[in-house]
Parts: sequence; C-alpha cells; structure tokens
Amino acid sequence: MITLTHYLIVSALLFAISVAGIFLNRKNILILLMCIELLLLSVNLNFVAFSHFMNNLDGQVFVFFILTVAAAESAIGLAILVTIFRNRRSINVEDLHSLKG
Amino acid sequence: MFEQILFYWFTAVLLLAAIGVVVVRNPVYSALSLILAFFTMTALWLLMEAEFLAIALILVYVGAVMVLFLFIIMMLDLKIVEREGFIRYLPIGLGVAGMVALEMIMVLQRSNFDSERYLAAESPADFNNAEALGELLYTHYLYPFEIAAVVLLVAVIAAILLTLRKRVATDQPAKTQDIEQQVRVKREDRVRLVKMKSE
Repeated sequence: MITLTHYLIVSALLFAISVAGIFLNRKNILILLMCIELLLLSVNLNFVAFSHFMNNLDGQVFVFFILTVAAAESAIGLAILVTIFRNRRSINVEDLHSLKG
Repeated sequence: MFEQILFYWFTAVLLLAAIGVVVVRNPVYSALSLILAFFTMTALWLLMEAEFLAIALILVYVGAVMVLFLFIIMMLDLKIVEREGFIRYLPIGLGVAGMVALEMIMVLQRSNFDSERYLAAESPADFNNAEALGELLYTHYLYPFEIAAVVLLVAVIAAILLTLRKRVATDQPAKTQDIEQQVRVKREDRVRLVKMKSE
C-alpha cells in the first residue's frame, strides 16, 4: 500500500539531490537553473500527493500556478543568461563580480 | 502489489535521473536526464490520478522549457566546462543534502501523515480530472488564473526586451517598425510611374 508518507519521502530525497546539485555545480549558471527546476518539481510532487490523499483538488490548482511561474522564471532566466554570455563570453559564476562592493 | 512495483520502479528512475542532472559533466546530457526526470515524475502523478497535470507537465516542460534549455545550450556553444570546485564542494554538498534528507524523513516518519488519516477515496470510473480542475479554476480561482496570464505576458515581453540588441557592426537598432513614419508616408514616396512602350 503506497501511502502519503512514501510520496513525501520521494519528494524530500529529490529536494536533497537538487540542493546538493546547487552546491556542486556552482560554477555553471545553466546547471543551476536546471537544479532549480528540479527543486520546483519536488515541491509540486508534495502538492499533488497532498491533493490526492486529502481528496481536495485545490493542491492541483496550485501546481498549475507553480508551473506557470516556473515557466516564466526559466524563460527570463535563460534570456538573462544569453545577455550575460553576449557581454562576457562566459557563463561562469566567478566572472560575475562587477556588483561586488 | 502492481501499484507498488510501479511506484518503486518510477521512484528509482526519478532519483537516478536527478543524480544524473547533478553529476554529469556535459550540459546536454544533464538536460536530457532532466527530461527523463520529468517523464518519470509524470508517471508518478498518473499513479495519483492527476491526469491533467501530468499531461500539462509533459507539454509545458518537456515540450517547451527543456527544448528552450537545449536550444540555449547549443546556441551558446559551450565547451565542456572544467568543473573546478566539484571535488572541493563535494563533502559540504553531500553533507547538507544528507542532513536535509535525514531531517525531512525523520519528521515525516513520526508525524501524523499516517495511512489511516489520509486515505485516497476511490473516484468513480467516469471521474474526469481535467473537468473538475477546470471547474475549480474558472470559478473559485478565476482571479489568480488571470494574474497567471499576466505573469506569462510579462515573461514574454521581458525575454524579448532582454535579448533585443543593437547591431554591433553598424550600431543601428534591431529592425523595428517606425509607426510614425509608416503613417506619414505619401503616395509619391512609394509609387513611381514609368512610361514605356508596350512590348
């Protein structure tokens, strides 16, 4: 019998993997963006699991909105990435230090 | 029993694909394993009878967002970047991730999310997830729905504005319409009558 706890644990593991990814790939903005997508995906799994096991569709509506915002976020993020690459010829996080005080 | 086999299989594939996203050196392979992660997540959502969201995830993420990622990777023509710091941050990364996972699992195991309190009701055979979701979305959540549309519009405009640029060689702006000039144009500017013999 698959219970709510099973899904929540899967979501926690996925969240932990993507947090590790943010730590390990902190040089490459592209992979950082992908890790953020994974984080959002694990949160969405939480919402869908609660929605299913509490017999309440509101959670799925929230997942819908999260998908919308995540799509907008990745579109703007990639546009910023393209602009950075055009100006700097690199997407290494270490090269982006012009705002350092 | 069959449901359990499916759940564990898809969970294993999902976690392996997520590890692949993090560990693989080539960004293209990383994006491809993220696509695999999205697909297996779709399967998990189908197990939980969230059909509309599962299909929306495939259409929006695999169809649009990941194609955008791959497009950017290929457009930027990234060489396989050296990952200095991967080994250096490996202990702290694994430590933080392990702590996060451990704490969450300990909380979840002792909490009240037990199977007696949260039981999924059997939905009737003709239950339509998309219809139920649409009814909720267009009545109770109508304003958030419209705000989501505005968010998407802002994203479109922002992405276009960010990537629009002047041409480097001539310092001219990118090709745009000059509405004022278009309105003010006269017939004499565009039409030239030529007299010639018929052939």
